[in-house]
Amino acid sequence: MPSHRMPSEADIISTVEFNHTGELLATGDKGGRVVIFQREPESKNAAHSQGEYDVYSTFQSHEPEFDYLKSLEIEEKINKIKWLPQQNAAHSLLSTNDKTIKLWKITERDKRPEGYNLKDEEGKLKDLSTVTSLQVPVLKPMDLMVEVSPRRVFANGHTYHINSISVNSDCETYMSADDLRINLWHLAITDRSFNIVDIKPANMEDLTEVITASEFHPHHCNLFVYSSSKGSLRLCDMRAAALCDKHSKLFEEPEDPSNRSFFSEIISSVSDVKFSHSGRYMLTRDYLTVKVWDLNMEARPIETYQVHDYLRSKLCSLYENDCIFDKFECAWNGSDSVIMTGAYNNFFRMFDRNTKRDVTLEASRESSKPRAVLKPRRVCVGGKRRRDDISVDSLDFTKKILHTAWHPAENIIAIAATNNLYIFQDKVNSEMH
Amino acid sequence: MRNLPGFWIPKDVSWEKFTKQGTQGTMFARGLKRKSAEDGEDVEGGLAGAQAMPSYSLQRQSLLDMSLVKLQLCHMLVEPNLCRSVLIANTVRQIQEEMAQDGTWRVVAPQAAGRAPLDRLVSTDILCRSVREQEGERPAPDAGDGHTPDLVPGLATVPSAQALRNPQSSLWEVDSSRENRGGFQKSLDQIFETLENKTSGSVEELFADVDSSYYDLDAVLTGMVGSTQSGHGSGLQAFSPATAAPPSSSCRSDLGELDHAVEILVET
Repeated sequence: MPSHRMPSEADIISTVEFNHTGELLATGDKGGRVVIFQREPESKNAAHSQGEYDVYSTFQSHEPEFDYLKSLEIEEKINKIKWLPQQNAAHSLLSTNDKTIKLWKITERDKRPEGYNLKDEEGKLKDLSTVTSLQVPVLKPMDLMVEVSPRRVFANGHTYHINSISVNSDCETYMSADDLRINLWHLAITDRSFNIVDIKPANMEDLTEVITASEFHPHHCNLFVYSSSKGSLRLCDMRAAALCDKHSKLFEEPEDPSNRSFFSEIISSVSDVKFSHSGRYMLTRDYLTVKVWDLNMEARPIETYQVHDYLRSKLCSLYENDCIFDKFECAWNGSDSVIMTGAYNNFFRMFDRNTKRDVTLEASRESSKPRAVLKPRRVCVGGKRRRDDISVDSLDFTKKILHTAWHPAENIIAIAATNNLYIFQDKVNSEMH
Repeated sequence: MRNLPGFWIPKDVSWEKFTKQGTQGTMFARGLKRKSAEDGEDVEGGLAGAQAMPSYSLQRQSLLDMSLVKLQLCHMLVEPNLCRSVLIANTVRQIQEEMAQDGTWRVVAPQAAGRAPLDRLVSTDILCRSVREQEGERPAPDAGDGHTPDLVPGLATVPSAQALRNPQSSLWEVDSSRENRGGFQKSLDQIFETLENKTSGSVEELFADVDSSYYDLDAVLTGMVGSTQSGHGSGLQAFSPATAAPPSSSCRSDLGELDHAVEILVET
């Protein structure tokens, strides 16, 4: 089918993910491409390239498809990428669009054999009369070549749109979640998956709640969590039953009756859920806040941070222009002491859980000059206005930072601002606290 | 009818109430308008109309109209986002429940009540207010007009939603005997049946009274999705171009894009 989209739209980044060591950073875009960046090793000689990320590999992961039965186009946009833990020299990752998950293997080739007996350097057969002795081919170095190949295609597992994938700590299975169902797959088996959650009502007319995100626990291979459009989290134990419709724990904050409006439910819908590295906490993002939950306390979150509360009085406008349905992601730093999430106007926010300080930063060309220090930004809501403050009404709602990622061990963050990727490094505090 | 998992139809979202009230509503509408005029509100249209202070119930009605249109548009786009549809349908249900509780669902917003559509979207503070504040402002069960002078003018009425409430719309005339049965489900069933069985000529009829500019896919996608291409992304004050058409404009204008959209739907 001919693409009717403008070229720039295909470049819109739709997911960002560091691998387990932070050496590689993968991005997926609306055009179905995956671009992997690799961190250059710090070199004492070249002072400028201290651990910067360069393009390592680019490949087309998904293509647009047409579902003839429903007369619907299946978008090639990459919804999520998840790295597999590295088990040998090769790297592997899972990438998914709305319907199909693919396992890609990324290998390097930096040597090639030379000195064949029957063929010459160009691969042509030698004139045998010129061969007087036998030689053993030797591996000689060559320019690095990165090869990516699709190893598995996990198709036809989902009727609805896939919103999450998560690799299990057992490194053998992974789950994929769509609006109504969650499936468990074995990484080596593509023609079968097990349905572990199904919230589809018998009568679709009765549907009032959908699954919005899900993730495996980082250490306990039997536990996973999924979030809903009504703002609840369900922790499930796969040992309890084959079909985990009954949750082990239900995390839900009671609604504040004094804050109730027609938009209460929409803004309570959880757009992202992430376990902390420790496995003890969960981080959720809803439209106006990020919340930290303790796995041992279901009644309410232990911490709530306001991302952009100044939007609370603008919800009707945001409903009209559909911004209220934007799905922001959230991230922990490696030590679980700082959390980060995106906002509008290319702003992103960080909250320090220990000091309770927060900061608003901007991902823009000006702020990303090499070695420039990011200047904290402020949104003013009337009242005293400082010089560089932005007023709420001049925020650009088309510049949304939905996808952010934090290096697993260092203070390096990747921010996707529409079709630009920004990587910021805290050189001063490169160690996590 | 095609069983399309993506095209999910919510229950209890009662469209019928709003179409049937069209005829009866006119009386109420006029009465409401007169009452407003008596109370000194200037509803003469143009900028003056924009400065009128709509009541909570009118704003609520606007929100309902907007939501219904959003739901309907879902069915026009390629593969609707199920989460978004569910959230909008739940919002509609909430509004309807509240309206049923305080008996205001009979009152229909004045049709083109001289209120010119706003070119800019103004803060709709009242709908985001907490319940406690609203309690003093909600209309009494007889649909009194609760005045809240400190309110900012609310949303413009949405032309195509009004068209839906127009009893002459052939959209709802497909089988008049069925109109009395409750349920959104049946009405939409009718639409899909009609789309499948009829030729494109009569499909034009089906959408005859709907403001086709709203169904201009480009305008819709620009307005709804807030894509980087749209000019309205410059802040909250921008207003979706698709809904900027005045309610009184001709509804039959250009059906070219509409045909295209319908063709995609029915594969004719």
